[in-house]
Amino acid sequence: MNLLPIILIDGITFASWLFLVSAGITFIFGVLRILNVAHGSLYAIGAYLGATLILQFAGQNQQSWITLPLLLLAAIVVGLTIGPLIERLLLRRVYGEDEVIGLLTTFALFLILEDVVRLIWGVDPYLAEGPYRMFGRVRLAGIAFAGYPFLLTIVAILVGLLLWIVIHRTSFGRQVTCVINDREIAGALGINVPRIDLMAFALGTFLAALGGALTAPMMSVEPGMGVSVIVLAFAVVGIGGLGSIGGAALGCIIVGIARAVAVQLFPEIDLFVIYALMVAVLLWRPQGLFGVVELRKI
Amino acid sequence: MSRTATRLSVIAALVVLAVLPLFLSDWIVFLIALALAKGAVVLGVVLLLRGGLISFGQALYFAIGAYTVGFLANKFGVGEALVALPLAVVISAVIAAALGLLLARFRGIYFAMLSLALSMILYTVLIKFYDFSGGTDGLSVRGFSVAGVTSANPSLVQYYLVLMLTAAVVYVGARFLASPLGYLMQAVRYNEIRIEYLGASASHAILASHVISGGISGLGGALVAYLVGHVSPDLAFWVSSGDFVFVAVLGGTGSVFAPFVGSIAFEFIKNYAVKFSPHTWQLTLGVFLLLVIYVQPQGLWTLLTRLRAKPR
Repeated sequence: MNLLPIILIDGITFASWLFLVSAGITFIFGVLRILNVAHGSLYAIGAYLGATLILQFAGQNQQSWITLPLLLLAAIVVGLTIGPLIERLLLRRVYGEDEVIGLLTTFALFLILEDVVRLIWGVDPYLAEGPYRMFGRVRLAGIAFAGYPFLLTIVAILVGLLLWIVIHRTSFGRQVTCVINDREIAGALGINVPRIDLMAFALGTFLAALGGALTAPMMSVEPGMGVSVIVLAFAVVGIGGLGSIGGAALGCIIVGIARAVAVQLFPEIDLFVIYALMVAVLLWRPQGLFGVVELRKI
Repeated sequence: MSRTATRLSVIAALVVLAVLPLFLSDWIVFLIALALAKGAVVLGVVLLLRGGLISFGQALYFAIGAYTVGFLANKFGVGEALVALPLAVVISAVIAAALGLLLARFRGIYFAMLSLALSMILYTVLIKFYDFSGGTDGLSVRGFSVAGVTSANPSLVQYYLVLMLTAAVVYVGARFLASPLGYLMQAVRYNEIRIEYLGASASHAILASHVISGGISGLGGALVAYLVGHVSPDLAFWVSSGDFVFVAVLGGTGSVFAPFVGSIAFEFIKNYAVKFSPHTWQLTLGVFLLLVIYVQPQGLWTLLTRLRAKPR
């Protein structure tokens, strides 16, 4: 059997999923300089809300096109409610503090959200795999692949394009770029920096929740699903360079393909490969592939 | 606080901890022993934090120490603490030296992420190589003895062992922080280029801190393995590292005693949170951590020193 198409397609669909999960982390870090440890929990909340909406409104067999807007709706709701709430109540107080404080604030948030998810949705798994079945199977190069993961690839490409357009072609994006480069000067130029912070975090939260909501149909949604996702996302953004969305995209493709190769050829070390890659890339380029070298102050 | 006063309060604290088992029930004694053993790991985090380096992968050395004990007891039938503990320290320190050479180039968030990745590598290795590590089941640690003597009451022996080694670790930590390299770490945090202009080497100080940090964290892990009687890959998971950084900030980085105060406080808060709100104990811990960050960002230790300073 020819492994190459399997590895390529597996790798690309996994990379798409990774991009949806990690684009938000790198964007939030770029603007707010906070590595969001709770990103995995936001992903889990998106998955739970998406699954709940499908179970509520998509009928018995869940196989209708309404499920896709429902998943998007779940992500938007999470992005517009929980995101701004967290930014206003918790993160705003720690901007400009030591990195360890930002890291620990989001670690505290991670602990809190893990329990909140359990309180709201309980510990029983949610199954909302209707959309997954709806897409059936696709034959490529003589091999049958599940169709749903290709939807993730399309969404990931769309999200990447939209982010690029938003950052490079809109007024909001120019303001964000300005804030990233110099918060103080941005404020002096009349940019409402706190508002940009709020919107950036809400956008990052939306991306996390979208990743979760679109993952919901592929697996049983259960407690702890965000815990392992977050370190995968860290590996990707570390490889790509923190704050760089293009870097995250490249990091996803590298990690996706490497994992697909490992899964097919050396299944014992599939996760090991991801972290080993991260270590290797960071040793070669300490700032990640697209990271900006920070100047040292005298 | 003057030197004599510090020494007197250290001796007083040791005496209090030494007589505690006479008055308190077994589970509290166990909890204190566990907290002191984990406090050694937290001190490892604090040594690096003083240089502004966040070790978000300290669980690596914690797990290496614990698994050294686990292997010896499980695969070689050696439960002798006087063999296993020094070996755990040496292995952890050697690995810390090797990884420290890599990590010394990194600062800030990248240091945190690289140390996290290294600990996750160990985690995946422990999970996947079942024959060698017991996979997710882990290994049980049996046959504890000290100098060939097995006690009828091993938990009491372990308590005093932990207490003595804690005192030793505190001594090593204090001597290191008072040494030129220890002071250099504080300078690393503020301005590295000036260090180099002074003719000193920042990466040398970071490497030395890392070796000591790894060694005492390995010791902490080995002690926890004996106390709990079981080792599992979760010891190396990133949440475990997060807890150590949590406790480091909870205690504060101002003193070598702070990690142990923070660790005891953490174990008791966790214990009571699990007891009174079994479904929301993580939430309780998270809220508590936020309170510490917002109200007392220098940690509990400065609370103590501030209280003491007030009457004057």
